[in-house]
Amino acid sequence: MSMTADGEIIQFDNVGLRYGTDREVLSDLSFTLFPGRFYFLTGASGAGKTSLLRLLYLAQRPSRGMIRMFGTDAITMPRSRLPGLRRRIGVVFQDFRLIPHLSAFDNVALPLRVAGHQEKDLVGPVRDILDWVGLSDRIDARPPTLSGGEQQRVAIARAVIARPAMLVADEPTGNVDPEMALKLMRLFEMLNRQGTTVVVATHDLDLLRKVPESLIMRLDRGRLSDPTGALRYPPRKMQ
Amino acid sequence: MSLRTLLGGGRRLMGRGEAELIPQGRMSGPMPWVIAIMVAMTAIALAAGLALGNAVTAARAEIEGGVTVQIVEPRADVRAGQAKRAVAAIKDLPGIAGLRLVPQTELDALIEPWLGTGIDDATGNAIPVPALIDVRLDRQATPARLAAIAKAVMPVAPSAKIDAQSNWLKPVFDAMVSLQLLAMVLVGLLALALAAAVLLAARSALGANRDTIEIVHLLGGTDAQVARVFQRSIGYDAAGGGAVGLVLAMVVIFALGRRFAGLGAGLVDNGALIWSDWLLLALVPLLATLLAMVTARLTVMHALRKML
Repeated sequence: MSMTADGEIIQFDNVGLRYGTDREVLSDLSFTLFPGRFYFLTGASGAGKTSLLRLLYLAQRPSRGMIRMFGTDAITMPRSRLPGLRRRIGVVFQDFRLIPHLSAFDNVALPLRVAGHQEKDLVGPVRDILDWVGLSDRIDARPPTLSGGEQQRVAIARAVIARPAMLVADEPTGNVDPEMALKLMRLFEMLNRQGTTVVVATHDLDLLRKVPESLIMRLDRGRLSDPTGALRYPPRKMQ
Repeated sequence: MSLRTLLGGGRRLMGRGEAELIPQGRMSGPMPWVIAIMVAMTAIALAAGLALGNAVTAARAEIEGGVTVQIVEPRADVRAGQAKRAVAAIKDLPGIAGLRLVPQTELDALIEPWLGTGIDDATGNAIPVPALIDVRLDRQATPARLAAIAKAVMPVAPSAKIDAQSNWLKPVFDAMVSLQLLAMVLVGLLALALAAAVLLAARSALGANRDTIEIVHLLGGTDAQVARVFQRSIGYDAAGGGAVGLVLAMVVIFALGRRFAGLGAGLVDNGALIWSDWLLLALVPLLATLLAMVTARLTVMHALRKML
């Protein structure tokens, strides 16, 4: 895992984001995410959670400020280097964003194919992860024929299949029953224990209690509050 | 950028041969048929250009060293005498590859379609048709060589008129060369039109699949990988359309060839296509496919550069 000398995986410094000429939806964000930590991003609707996640998974460039990811300046680096960084980030989109004409298998296999894995090497892992999220009998189903919960599980399987260095999930348990939600959180924890930095945006405060060692990032009208100081760089105190 | 990069950059995104990132049926939509028409028109224009080129080349080779000496003298005996002396004078000149005094029977045959036979019997007067001497030079009939012939002939045959055969047909050659150029310009314009059609199709496909492309990007897909999907899809369409277009063109070319062969005219007979011409025609769909794929790739790559 490539990071800066001090070990942070993501560093935001005075970052602001506005769409067009509107007011900033994110203002003065300065924080650091460390490898192997579990972060929850909370805040009211419209607080800017999804915008912040879009910055984290490199779908958006900020209007101002500096972002370093995996030891690289993500603002000034050439566009050709973006795919390499993105392959280290798994994303669970709020609206799943599955490719509708591809089967569950092909959707989940896509990150591995993009990364150049041989077909023979990806069949087993893809079947395993689909089995793990309880979709082994829906392997050839296309997203429009899947329920919301099933689509969400395919999206999660796609996000974690390549063992990303960082997993970013936007309301990943919003469409699944409590039992599946717990199971998915256990999957995220398992990945986290293996070194993956996890950032989960959620409204569900119960979820926060299920991962007691997690750190909370709270957004309020585009500004980040950090009551414990754990997000600051250098951190006041690492847990 | 190498050809390999243009055509094969990026890893394959799809396996198992059953899924396509961009949903598109083979030979569906108007694109293959647009390409078929373009290829057919290009092949026909190219065949016309090649045939005209062959006709001009063959005719030029045939008459390039040709010189006609006419003895324009109303008195038959004087005319015959000057013709004989002219032949003797030309024969000794350097660079003469062939020489023939056209017999009177051939001259009579030339004017027979207009004047019929037996004119002397009917009118009591023979028409004073000039004596013709057909001279073949070993090289092109330049003004200097014509002057040398004139210098040798005029003292012994003062009624002689000397012309290079290529001078008579120059306007015809010029017209044929212009038509040939026109055909080549048409080929170029059709290639441009094909590239434009592919560009529009690629842009349209990009717009229709923008969400999918964005997802692939966010999963770490490169522009080259995305472009490869589009170029492969358009490549299949172009190959299928090109094959259909070539078949259509061959039917037209064979049909026109049979029509022109039936004319029995010298210049047209010389315009038959040779094996290398057929090879060039067979390359048209291949080149069209290559052009379509390269255009699709460049279009998609250019458009993707505007995305994050």
